[in-house]
Amino acid sequence: MMKKTRREFIKLAALSGAGIAAAPLAAEASAPIAANEEAVGMLYDATLCVGCKACVASCKNVNDMDAAPAPNDADRLWDAPEDLDYRTRNIIKLYKDGEGDFSYVKYQCMHCIKPSCVSACPVGAMQQEKGRGIVFYDKDICIGCRYCQVACPFNIPKFEWPKAFPKIVKCDLCKFTNLKDKGIPACCDVCPTKAVIFGKRDFLLAEAKKRIAENPDKYQKEIYGEFEVGGTNVIYIAGETFDNLGFRELEHDSNAAFSENIQHTIYKGFVAPVALYGFLAFVALKNRKNHHGHGHGHDAKHEDKHGSEK
Amino acid sequence: MALHREKILTPSFWVLLAFTVIGFYCIGLRYVMGIGAVSNLSDGFPWGIWIAYDVATGTALACGGYALAIVIYIMNGWKYHPLIRSAIVTSLFGYALAGFSVMVDLGRYWNAYSFFMPSRWQVNSVMFEVAVCVMAYNVVLAIELLPAILERFVHSKNPRFPKLKEYARKVYPKLDKILIFFIVLGITLPTMHQSSLGSMMIIAGSKLNPIWQTGFLPILFLINAMYIGYSVIIFESTLSSVVFGRPFEKEVRVIAKVVPYLTAAWLIIRFADLYHRGHLSTAFSGDYYSKMFLVETLLIAGGAYMLTWKHFRMSPRWVFVSAVMLCVGGSWYRFSVYIIGFNPAKGWEYFPSLPEFFITLGLVAFEILGYMVLVKMFPIMPNLEGHKKNA
Repeated sequence: MMKKTRREFIKLAALSGAGIAAAPLAAEASAPIAANEEAVGMLYDATLCVGCKACVASCKNVNDMDAAPAPNDADRLWDAPEDLDYRTRNIIKLYKDGEGDFSYVKYQCMHCIKPSCVSACPVGAMQQEKGRGIVFYDKDICIGCRYCQVACPFNIPKFEWPKAFPKIVKCDLCKFTNLKDKGIPACCDVCPTKAVIFGKRDFLLAEAKKRIAENPDKYQKEIYGEFEVGGTNVIYIAGETFDNLGFRELEHDSNAAFSENIQHTIYKGFVAPVALYGFLAFVALKNRKNHHGHGHGHDAKHEDKHGSEK
Repeated sequence: MALHREKILTPSFWVLLAFTVIGFYCIGLRYVMGIGAVSNLSDGFPWGIWIAYDVATGTALACGGYALAIVIYIMNGWKYHPLIRSAIVTSLFGYALAGFSVMVDLGRYWNAYSFFMPSRWQVNSVMFEVAVCVMAYNVVLAIELLPAILERFVHSKNPRFPKLKEYARKVYPKLDKILIFFIVLGITLPTMHQSSLGSMMIIAGSKLNPIWQTGFLPILFLINAMYIGYSVIIFESTLSSVVFGRPFEKEVRVIAKVVPYLTAAWLIIRFADLYHRGHLSTAFSGDYYSKMFLVETLLIAGGAYMLTWKHFRMSPRWVFVSAVMLCVGGSWYRFSVYIIGFNPAKGWEYFPSLPEFFITLGLVAFEILGYMVLVKMFPIMPNLEGHKKNA
């Protein structure tokens, strides 16, 4: 008995496991992600930024965001956000080391070419605009599961934790506000030193490469966002290492693409689940036949009853 | 058919009720003041114990029905059929707990109907697969349980609602005939969503520690759900034989035989994967993550190793101990993937707040409460007479 049981079990495990186990192997052979020609984004040059925070103020103004008062500001005179949160879509921070080196750095949504948040969202509340590649959010669809926050490699989507009816907040390149009205995101619009500029990704990437080539001593060689998680539409160049500026070293493959490949391998054309169901149904029906054939079991009593009813 | 007419308002009933009331009070607070007011969740740790325990781990602990259905209907031809009903009830309650918790956890719960609108389906999302699959499985579990409810009416001598009895007598045999197709669906659906619960964290990339982050998460979660499921059956069966004064179910020993094979397969995949990715040394480096890995691995391997010895399998006490080890170790693994091994960036930390614990405790208490009442009112537990005949 046990022998048969084991054999059956192995058969079952093999069938249900085959698709799932094969998935990561198959997923490794995925095609590289290419940025759309129409894709737009921003180039932030940390060496040009003077830390005036005009971009922070302008973003709040244009997108109608609340102020984030400093901890000891009883009069609530200052908007002094410490970090990105549900009231702050973009922020300027300052890196300083002991030897007098310093650099400003701007954080906001990186607008990934293959965004994890869009891939994760179960209801399509997080979307990517076709063509321009802007990643934006629709609060009317969102269920507030926060899977986008788990998925985002840059920890960008923020949630309105203190509110009874909360929503997700993140930069959408002013898609519905300044970009729509003036053709440029508010932060790029007001930047006095052009430390952050708006344009097509191709152009921005070429510009970044040009600046690095012209001033190799001033810049790090790396362009952050060129390859990270499959590439982002917002890219960075800086004089400090990106590690110092708070950017995590990230894999060059897109987690979203990897995850989708595994899911799609398992569920391709729904073949595996249907095959599993078919196989299980076949075995179960055979077992039921044997079981009823022998005429013993838990509900022999019930069967008599049914018999008399018919 | 002997019904279990037992007292419902026992002392444990009142204790559970107290926890339930506190839990639901905290849930009330959450809806008025926001999730941030009652929890330690943050933008770095948007998921806490409501997801890691109630959903990701709770549904695995509720896999008894699934694991047993594989044994009964697929592997050895209905032999342990008397056990299935209590396992299905546990599954139903465990999955209902997950459903409840999700509604507490969802920030914009009023939009949850999106899952029923095909225009909003986002099929790339692992969570979409999990959500739809779990909802479907809840329906299937309810259908699987229906015969037990119907039997209550079919066999009632002086029915309060004669019409209902008549109806039950008509439906029961028809349902009995097609039930097998739902049972098979009840095996397929957990296979799908338990593996997907693992896939959920793949997209978190390097935010999840490399000891746990792997493309093999789906198969690891699937096998993990199976051996947890069997261990829960052993656990429950042993416990209820003490609480309800029922004889120790011999079937448990046979089920205990399957567990080491599953666990061995799981451990082989786990270690081969770590080796293949070059993270075996990370797992044994001795840091915090490594220690967590060692605890979970020792619990799982230790519990399974005990079950390979006939001497331990024959002893109710040791079978119980190894089942507990496997449940705790298996759950620990799931916690590691969802919380312990999760490190979004420097500076983020998470430990559940008191109200978070109370909400989870309250929901679990509510679940046990419902289970106890249902078991006492309907023929769920294996019938002792039929039991003797089968044994």
